[in-house]
Amino acid sequence: MKPPPFAYHAPRSVEEALTLLAALDGAKVLAGGQSLVPLLNMRLAEPAALIDIGRIPGLDVLEVADGHVRIGAGVTHERLRRDDAVAAVQPLLRRALDLVAHPVIRNRGTTVGSVVHADPAAEMPAVVALLGGTLEVASVRGRRSIEAADLVRGPLESDVAPDELALELRVPVAAPGTGSAFVELSRRHGDYALAGVATEVAVDGGRIVGARATFIGVGTGTAVLDLSPAVAGRDAADLDVVDVAAAVAGFVEPQDDVHADAAYRRHLAGVLAGRAVRAAAADALARAGAGVR
Amino acid sequence: MDRTTPAPEALHDVELTVNGQVRRARVPARRLLSDLLRHDLELTGTHVGCEHGVCGACTVLLDGMPVRSCLTLAVSVSGRAVTTVEGLAAEDGTLHPVQRAFQEHHGLQCGFCTPGFIMTACAFLAEEPAPDAATIRDAMSGNLCRCTGYAGILAAVAGAAEELAGTGVDPRERHRPEGAA
Ligand SMILES: Cc1cc2nc3c(=O)[nH]c(=O)nc-3n(C[C@H](O)[C@H](O)[C@H](O)COP(=O)(O)OP(=O)(O)OC[C@H]3O[C@@H](n4cnc5c(N)ncnc54)[C@H](O)[C@@H]3O)c2cc1C
Ligand code: FES
Ligand code: FES
Repeated sequence: MKPPPFAYHAPRSVEEALTLLAALDGAKVLAGGQSLVPLLNMRLAEPAALIDIGRIPGLDVLEVADGHVRIGAGVTHERLRRDDAVAAVQPLLRRALDLVAHPVIRNRGTTVGSVVHADPAAEMPAVVALLGGTLEVASVRGRRSIEAADLVRGPLESDVAPDELALELRVPVAAPGTGSAFVELSRRHGDYALAGVATEVAVDGGRIVGARATFIGVGTGTAVLDLSPAVAGRDAADLDVVDVAAAVAGFVEPQDDVHADAAYRRHLAGVLAGRAVRAAAADALARAGAGVR
Repeated sequence: MDRTTPAPEALHDVELTVNGQVRRARVPARRLLSDLLRHDLELTGTHVGCEHGVCGACTVLLDGMPVRSCLTLAVSVSGRAVTTVEGLAAEDGTLHPVQRAFQEHHGLQCGFCTPGFIMTACAFLAEEPAPDAATIRDAMSGNLCRCTGYAGILAAVAGAAEELAGTGVDPRERHRPEGAA
């Protein structure tokens, strides 16, 4: 349980990092190390070189600007979770981050790193897919923005190329009339969930006008399910979610593993989605009542 | 790149302030902070269980914040301050209030998990000086113990919180017995 040898570089600027990423074969970016170092320790990854981005100034931007939350590559889960200005404009970030690992892991792990890592059981890729937004990446070839919908290609596979450095994530602030929730079931708080669901619900005049969901742990990647047909027009304050479970059961593709079988996960996803839609509807009403934009 | 004949491993100078003392070592980049502490600096109070972040035995404070030393490359934190369980008891050996509470409340049996629990508890109590039982349970849930059944550990953290209440002591710092300079 020790990492294999690798060359180590700690660039002091983004340009230097990009040059290294372009020049070195088999190089990997090291951010918080909370996913990469376990893989090294277990020798599931053997990068020829690590480019530690922890000493690059300017990657720690965290602010609300132009209708987006800007989250730099150096921002830890815990710093983002604690930011009250962020929680006020996009509460789903904190709600999901409360469920990401334990505080000790969140102290080092970065939200951008989690999105690039694209673990199918991770909360933040599902949140980003649901809310939309973009990941800004750079390489010596130039800069580009990856749209949320294109970000995750498959389990542990994001659209970020090996020579690219993710610079920052931009997540839109919550629109007026919307509410959100993240609901999951894990064996212990902080463990990876058996199944989980992120939802955003739009309410107008006390009635549901739209609902969408993304899932973790049930084989759907970051695909977005439109739940509007199952709940649109219903009373947001006394929401009937009978049709949600059926819609979810037809969407998810869970598999058996040592933690739970597929049938249980399918059932669970439906139940959790019902709870999440209810909670998001209540949140939308509460935010409207509190006069939140 | 030819992986069968690796070049001799490059060494890096690492300088850390460990428990208030500047310590230096010359190590390969793959040296984990946990191994640097244990092997290079001979501070074996930090224990290593799972080496993938799950058990919490290796938890130390990095600039006062709890982290997994087994998931931290020593070279990546060069220049920063680390507190280990050796940094808690007073110079004369008098136990730190959190350590004493673990002893009094049967918060340990074999003691393997204890340094990680204690470091986690010290950071937690610095932030939450008057926690309720549910908050304590949640804060300790990232650490595993195979002996105690946890009841004694939770009682120890509650006991330490009571003992520290109103003293103004930062539990992340080395204990200073009353009357000591
Ligand atoms: C015990 C434990 C429990 C956990 N539980 C959860 C959980 O419940 N939910 C959850 O979501 N996560 C969990 N995690 C994972 C945690 O959230 C990680 O912190 C996160 O997945 C990765 O962030 P990082 O900064 O640590 O990235 P690293 O480990 O440094 O990197 C991860 C990958 O992303 C790449 N990468 C990182 N940053 C960039 C960048 N800026 N540009 C390009 N590539 C980059 C790296 O090259 C690497 O391939 C857990 C981890 C542990 C150890
Ligand atoms: S040894 Fe580090 S968490 Fe288990
Ligand atoms: S006391 Fe033995 S593992 Fe906790």
